[in-house]
Amino acid sequence: MPSAVEMKGITKRFPGVLANDRIDFAVEKGEIHSLLGENGAGKTVLMSVLYGLYRPDEGKIYVNEEEVEIDSPAKAMKLGIGMVHQHFMLIPSFTVAENIVLGKESTKNRVLLDVDKMLDYTERFCERHKLEVDLKAPVHTLPVGVQQRVEILKALYRGADILILDEPTSVLTPQEVEELFRAIRALKQQGKTVIFISHKLKEVLKISDRVTVLRRGRVVGTTRAEEVSPDELAEMMVGRRVVLAPGKRTAESGKVVLRVEHLGTLDDRRLPALRGVTFEVHASEILGIAGVEGNGQTELVEVLTGLREATEGKIFLDATDITKVSPRKRIERGISHVPEDRHKRGLILDFSLMENLILGGHNSPPFVRGGVRLNFEEISNYAERLIDNYSIKTPSKDALTRHLSGGTQQRVILAREFNRKPCLIVASQPTRGLDVGATEYVRNKLVEMRDQGCAVLLISADLDEILALSDRIAVMYEGMIIAVKDPRKTSEQEIGLLMTGGKSG
Amino acid sequence: MELIDVINIGLFAAALRMATPIAFGSLGGIFSERVGIINIGLEGMMLTGAFGGVAISYFTGSPWLGVLGAVLVGALLGLIHALLTVRFIGNQIVSGVSINIFAMGFTAYMSQVFWGSRGASESVLGIGEVSIPLLKDAPVLGEVVGTHTPFVYLMLILTMLSHIILFNTTFGLRLRAVGEYPAAADTAGIDVTRTKYLCVILSGMLAGLGGAFLSLGHLNLFAWGMTGGRGFIAMAAMIFGKWMPFGAFWASLLFGFSDALQMRLQALGLLPPQIILTIPYVLTVAVLAGAVGRAIPPSDYKPYVKE
Amino acid sequence: MANKTEGSSPKAVQLFLRKGSQGILPGLIAVFVAFLVGAILLLVTGYSPLDVYSAMIQGAFGDIFGIGQTLTQATPIIFTGLSFLFASKCGLFNVGAEGQLIVGGFTTALVGISFHGLPIFVHVPLALLAGAVGGGLWGLIPAVLKARLGAHEVITTMMLSYVASYMTSYMVNYPFKAPGWVAQTIMVESSAQLPSILHPTQLSASAFVALVLVFLTHFVLEKTTIGYEIRAVGLNPTAAESGGISIRKSMVLALVISGAIAGIGGAGEVLGVHRRFIDGFSPGYGWDGIAVALVGRLNPVGVVFAAILFGALRSGGMVMTRVTGVPLDIVIMLQAFVILFIAAPMLIRYLMRKRVA
Repeated sequence: MPSAVEMKGITKRFPGVLANDRIDFAVEKGEIHSLLGENGAGKTVLMSVLYGLYRPDEGKIYVNEEEVEIDSPAKAMKLGIGMVHQHFMLIPSFTVAENIVLGKESTKNRVLLDVDKMLDYTERFCERHKLEVDLKAPVHTLPVGVQQRVEILKALYRGADILILDEPTSVLTPQEVEELFRAIRALKQQGKTVIFISHKLKEVLKISDRVTVLRRGRVVGTTRAEEVSPDELAEMMVGRRVVLAPGKRTAESGKVVLRVEHLGTLDDRRLPALRGVTFEVHASEILGIAGVEGNGQTELVEVLTGLREATEGKIFLDATDITKVSPRKRIERGISHVPEDRHKRGLILDFSLMENLILGGHNSPPFVRGGVRLNFEEISNYAERLIDNYSIKTPSKDALTRHLSGGTQQRVILAREFNRKPCLIVASQPTRGLDVGATEYVRNKLVEMRDQGCAVLLISADLDEILALSDRIAVMYEGMIIAVKDPRKTSEQEIGLLMTGGKSG
Repeated sequence: MELIDVINIGLFAAALRMATPIAFGSLGGIFSERVGIINIGLEGMMLTGAFGGVAISYFTGSPWLGVLGAVLVGALLGLIHALLTVRFIGNQIVSGVSINIFAMGFTAYMSQVFWGSRGASESVLGIGEVSIPLLKDAPVLGEVVGTHTPFVYLMLILTMLSHIILFNTTFGLRLRAVGEYPAAADTAGIDVTRTKYLCVILSGMLAGLGGAFLSLGHLNLFAWGMTGGRGFIAMAAMIFGKWMPFGAFWASLLFGFSDALQMRLQALGLLPPQIILTIPYVLTVAVLAGAVGRAIPPSDYKPYVKE
Repeated sequence: MANKTEGSSPKAVQLFLRKGSQGILPGLIAVFVAFLVGAILLLVTGYSPLDVYSAMIQGAFGDIFGIGQTLTQATPIIFTGLSFLFASKCGLFNVGAEGQLIVGGFTTALVGISFHGLPIFVHVPLALLAGAVGGGLWGLIPAVLKARLGAHEVITTMMLSYVASYMTSYMVNYPFKAPGWVAQTIMVESSAQLPSILHPTQLSASAFVALVLVFLTHFVLEKTTIGYEIRAVGLNPTAAESGGISIRKSMVLALVISGAIAGIGGAGEVLGVHRRFIDGFSPGYGWDGIAVALVGRLNPVGVVFAAILFGALRSGGMVMTRVTGVPLDIVIMLQAFVILFIAAPMLIRYLMRKRVA
């Protein structure tokens, strides 16, 4: 089979991370080839290199068996490579037709838009590729699945023969996924080549001719989809790694602290993000929620902390219904939150260290005197105490938080949230972006809080972390808890399989 | 005095006349905001345009050159605004405010320099009225629309032209894309920076044209602060008209009507002028509050900085 | 998706507001470059920058009368500068200080003329309070529109400025008009007047009130929970929300307090300088306030110095124009240049780099 794309020895470095490590990747003409791996495996980076968004530090690229240098998306498009990103580049108020032709419009006398010609042309185009869309509809009225189709049409309109789809199913409902697969197969029939980036094992097996698995920036292997089993693929994806495992539990778990019943909510696009979520967290227990990002974890955390409204279901804290309670009151009742994005949600970077340490508790005594006046003596002492207890490396308590290192910033958040002696800690991706030392510290601290009687809800896309720290593991997929397991009675592979939508054996 | 002396055909003709500078300004506002740049400096561009028009007419003796001068002056201020907000990523509001303040000072200052009086210039040759041959004899409509300075007809033409440009040309499609989602426009191969510059300069030109009407088409001289806040009313008309040329035109007509009415009522001594003068502003606030339909801006006005 | 009440601050405004605490150097450079450009303009039109600038300095600071007038002109600008500053700490652009000042001045005048026989230490505070309430109410309208409907405060506050101007003009032309030609109220009771502190200039105790407000602004912003929350929302609404802070409440508070400060400024003018409400008594103090807040790098003390600068421009300008015959408008243009060069932080850095290279 002739080769469509061949990438040889591609290496790409970013500060502090080797995203692609001497990757060899070959795609045949007319095949559907999936690039499979966990988040951070390097799939999007590799394809961004192919699409001209990044220059590789080393390696060569061949398109249609000719060596090329791709220095911009425009160049990639000229070579017939089109990319459909996770984040759509569509103008919401424009119609489908307008979005497709933007930049390459057909005109009468070179100035006036020839709307009829545009509609006619795009209609015939859609027919040819068997992709159905209502050309006159404004894009913002269309469901996400159809919008994606428009993005594909855009790429095809610009002459793409090789289509890169980046995590296309992460935003789709199951039915929309089926429609997408039908469209992809139709594209293959017309001789197009499709590169399908995904972390969803089940889907990859369904749609691909061949699969290449990436792990930590390296190629693990390439096989034909029909020649490999889900378990084998899961093992390739997850592999064997060093597990940072602090000592196991010393006490039995206690009473139920958090109970969630049939919780449902919508995401920012008004699609269901949580469906019928039910679980409990006990005192002196760490419940780990495993799952690939984007399966509703963010929304779950927001609903629990009061930042997002639940559309159905209830939340009970210590048997009290807190479903409608404000974020401020939830903090007062003892819920602490370590957010997944410490720069956006966790800290006010332009506040001093001291000011960040009291965020959330800033209007309670003893920090407040006489109603509104801040008691700086108390705040100061508190800050110094916390800096000491949590070994926060800083020139002073008045240092601007922006200037502290990532690990130090996370310590500030931990100090602030844990020192309040909460009854429930919601920790979301707490070690993301941290080095080994900081990671170890955070994990140890979480275990420490559990041993002191806290209920800890740990949400992490890092399977090792979940396995190392959890007393019980729940797996979240497409907004639902699909399994709850005892870590002593399961394996990485089983959890990994559940995380990617596969069924356990 | 009777009601018929106030509410008559002449009132509607006056309304159209008074709407003209506002409509020009609002068209300018539309082009700028649809490409993602707030232009608070319309008032200053209009004022400077009015001044420039009179100055050129004074020194060259040709009012038409004066109009051209007004447009060029507006374009220059538009360029400055574009430089400050696009190239130097400055704050759009502050840039506009400073242009307004500068215009006030500059026009009065140069008035003094040229004519020895910062209050008013000398009279210059202006642009007189014309009549449209068949139209002016039409019943009712003829009196309202038949005879006006060319500016009024130009305004009507430009309103239609603006609509066509925005919604029926590639240029319009692309500029709307740039305002609404610059990243997407960029990936579609559109030159975001160039488009923004062009539209902001265009907005200055239109504002300048509005100013030229006030000085050359109406009073035939320049008077201190003669725009009297019309630049801001033009912004209000733009919002009230939902950033559409025809919508802005009707809004301008409404404001022009209340302006003309207010002057007549004042002559009658019926209603205090100040109350009526607040109408455009109260209406704008009402529109923003969603009282008269949702006013969704065409852009989030965030500067587009390539990663 | 950002909720409607998130701070309307795009990245440029964040950049801009954060620069508030970056020292006075950029501010000084902007002022310097502004005067340079002004000098060029003067030369081109046949005047001598040296004569003009020295006359201004002489007029503003040369004698007691000059200094008095400078401070008198500076006083209301301190209020409007603080007003803009306060709202900006919450990420909001209150450009309506002019209107809030005027409304505050009017409500003050009402209290000043309506009550008789009150002792001065009751009447004055009451009148000042009326000013705060008036300005605060005028800030409440855009505040609620923003918090509940996402209406952009730049447009609403600006529109309301015009409404305020016309409405009060109506008031003093009709219902509250004093006998005579001028559109103004009758004089306020002597028990409501702020004493003059520097004869024969117009400088009054309102200057002290201004300084008190400088202190109060700093105190509220830095030392109270209200200020803490407002600043948190201004810097990072998402994190503030997670910390239990109500973004809406903070925004409303910020705009109301901002309006109240401007209102007290209007009260100061009415009670201390004019002793009545005069139609059009404010020659654009509200707009100057924006400039002064920016030049003062969004810092209360900086505002004082910047206000004195702008006050000097005004009072020195008046003398300068008498002495040299150069139109007063050069002062207005200098103000515009100062704002312009503050508006483009990149421009300043670009110019600085050019000079270094």
